[in-house]
Amino acid sequence: MPRPFTPKVVTANALTEGWVIYLTEDDRWTRSLSEAELLTDEAHAELRLIEASARSAEAVGVYLAEMKPGPDGPEPVHFREDFRRAGPSPRAVPLMTEGS
Amino acid sequence: MYRYTDFDADFVAERNRQFRQQVARRLDGSLTEDEFKPLRLMNGLYLQLHAYMLRVAIPYGTLNARQMRRLAEIAERWDRGYGHFTTRQNIQFNWPRLRDVPDMLDALAEVGMHAVQTSGNTIRNVTADHLAGAAADEIADPRPVAELIRQWSTDHPEFQFLPRKFKIAITGSPNDRAVTRAHDIGLRLLERDGQTGYEVIVGGGMGRTPMLGQVIRDFLPEADLLPYLEAIVSVWNLLGRRDNKYKARIKITLHEHGIDALRTRVEDRFAELRPAFGGADRAILAALRRDFAPPALAQGRSTRVFETARAADPVFRAWCDSNLAPHRAADHAIVQVSLKAHGAVPGDASAAQMRALADLAERYGHDDLRISHEQNVVLPHVHKADLPQLHAALTAQGLGTANIGRISDIIACPGMDYCALATARSIPVAQEIATRFQALGLEDEIGPLKIKISGCINACGHHHVGHIGILGLDRGGVETYQITLGGDHSETAALGQRIGPGFAADEIVPAVERLVQAYLALRTEPAETFLACYRRLGPEPFKTALYGAGNEARPDAA
Amino acid sequence: MSILVTDTGFAPDDWTGPVCDLASHTDPAALQIAPDTGLVRIRFPSFADGRGFTLARLLRLRGYAGRLRAAGHVIADQYAMARRAGFDEVEIDAALAARQPEGQWLFRADWRAHDHRARLQAHPGARLGAPLGAGL
Repeated sequence: MPRPFTPKVVTANALTEGWVIYLTEDDRWTRSLSEAELLTDEAHAELRLIEASARSAEAVGVYLAEMKPGPDGPEPVHFREDFRRAGPSPRAVPLMTEGS
Repeated sequence: MYRYTDFDADFVAERNRQFRQQVARRLDGSLTEDEFKPLRLMNGLYLQLHAYMLRVAIPYGTLNARQMRRLAEIAERWDRGYGHFTTRQNIQFNWPRLRDVPDMLDALAEVGMHAVQTSGNTIRNVTADHLAGAAADEIADPRPVAELIRQWSTDHPEFQFLPRKFKIAITGSPNDRAVTRAHDIGLRLLERDGQTGYEVIVGGGMGRTPMLGQVIRDFLPEADLLPYLEAIVSVWNLLGRRDNKYKARIKITLHEHGIDALRTRVEDRFAELRPAFGGADRAILAALRRDFAPPALAQGRSTRVFETARAADPVFRAWCDSNLAPHRAADHAIVQVSLKAHGAVPGDASAAQMRALADLAERYGHDDLRISHEQNVVLPHVHKADLPQLHAALTAQGLGTANIGRISDIIACPGMDYCALATARSIPVAQEIATRFQALGLEDEIGPLKIKISGCINACGHHHVGHIGILGLDRGGVETYQITLGGDHSETAALGQRIGPGFAADEIVPAVERLVQAYLALRTEPAETFLACYRRLGPEPFKTALYGAGNEARPDAA
Repeated sequence: MSILVTDTGFAPDDWTGPVCDLASHTDPAALQIAPDTGLVRIRFPSFADGRGFTLARLLRLRGYAGRLRAAGHVIADQYAMARRAGFDEVEIDAALAARQPEGQWLFRADWRAHDHRARLQAHPGARLGAPLGAGL
């Protein structure tokens, strides 16, 4: 049996800034995962991936990332996507104060 | 130390002009992303998990105060006020924007620095012993040769699109602090019958297939170095696998063909290439030796203030015991400044800390700074009489941690907090181990112990050669940490052995603690190090400590 | 139609004689070309395949003095590498020439300047540190 399709979002890094970006339903790139379009249909997801990949002047490394629906929009399933959304753990950014 | 010639300065300026144009051509569509990627990589620019990352070369780990200050300025102006020193003697800035990078490179060029070939399928930044030119055990300073290799490999027209990356390390001491057997080429300076030459080791590497290098030439006369290096890379460029990136490194080529067949090909190619080298390289090397002439050290100055402070101040004494290395001049010391404050990010320095280090290098250290592959900073020439004041100044900047070579002096790659390749985090594991053993108050009792942590199989954190190696993996969507034991990065190099199933993130620190407690119980005397104890007893007692008597198998998390 | 790139920019391919084509996976042990071969053309299946640069160098070291051409997916950024490795010219297709027009190739036509290797390989008497007039 083919595996059931799990929901996805289109994500990438912005070409000029390098930031993590997500594709919205109205074809904008957003830095906020909660604004991303959650793709629940496989054929539609593939189409959105092709459309987004063509925007090579804006985005690098476009791919589909697995997500689940949440109260505030899509939420990561895998811890890697959680890091991409949230940035480094606070402790992984050095303390600037004396004695750090 | 070496200062850029007009040739170097013109080269780097031109290279930056080319990169500026390449960025513009990527933005206007002249270059596809596939074409731009290797071009940005060979200029040190990655696209990481959250942002671009610029990896700046600190060739053979040597820089001066002016250069260190410039790194601080770059961190503040174009990044977020800090940088990360790496296991390959580079510094990484984690947050640059693409359009700013050409300006950052120009700012580096003004102080004789660049990011050329810190990435890509090229010959990478040449690494060397971080104690070069100062260590008491040194045969010769390896840095003039390292600089010669930097010049030869830079923009080498044949070797910009190799099968894979290619790393060269060189040591001038029999005590190998440059991990030469874990490099594509490792060079060891030798003297034989009054002649200077090199033992040439080829095919070492870490990553998913860790291998220790093998000797391809036991004594290469100095004059033949560049043509011989060129022969090795030339043979591998044509012979190395290009169908599978995991089989592309020269260690696999060596494994597939054997050392004898590889040697034959290299010697044949060397015979072809040798006549093309007309001797200018040797004249340049002679000039480089003058550039790296040792500083004029103070003569006859009393070290009494040092001895007095050492006797009176236990904090200073502890720092001296762990952080100083023997200088070839008995009244001087090599100061190793720890970038491993307990709970801090291993290898990170703030702009303020970089400036403080620059000031201190000028005041006390002959304007000489080093970056070690263990992600610490070295002031290689400090008079002992200056040590008490230096220690106080370092402490005021959060740089006085007394833990070099101890359990909290952990090598850790950036891991999944920053790196796009990572499969798990490294930094928090290092932080928790360091703070845990600080809380236990056991560091001095444990003595020399090297923990090295990688956040993926590529092994930037050198876990294969850690006495305790930790490898972070993704197992079914869960961060999982595998332990290897018995690795050794030194002249007695060895690869660690995987010891059993992996541990979850909340289990790894207690697991390390059980290992260390087992060692403390098993050692014959305090002088028997963890590594010596492991070599004497083998893995069994440590397995028991990790997994219980009988080593009952748990469901394999890794 | 193919476009030929030289130090003076774009030109149509003027060669009408026989061509000796070499793949990038050519065994270097078998790399012997008769000196009177009119044109040797080394193929670049991808710009990321750097074998052609070493093959060109070996051909020159082995005495081939005839016309030597890099053909296929070679990008403007590689022009200086190609010339320094021993190629005389680069052959690209019209699509690549349109995407990377002549100016981008001319930007790299000063391949004799800033050449670390040529400087290190020079024979005694060459001026150290001086801007290079002589190439390989």
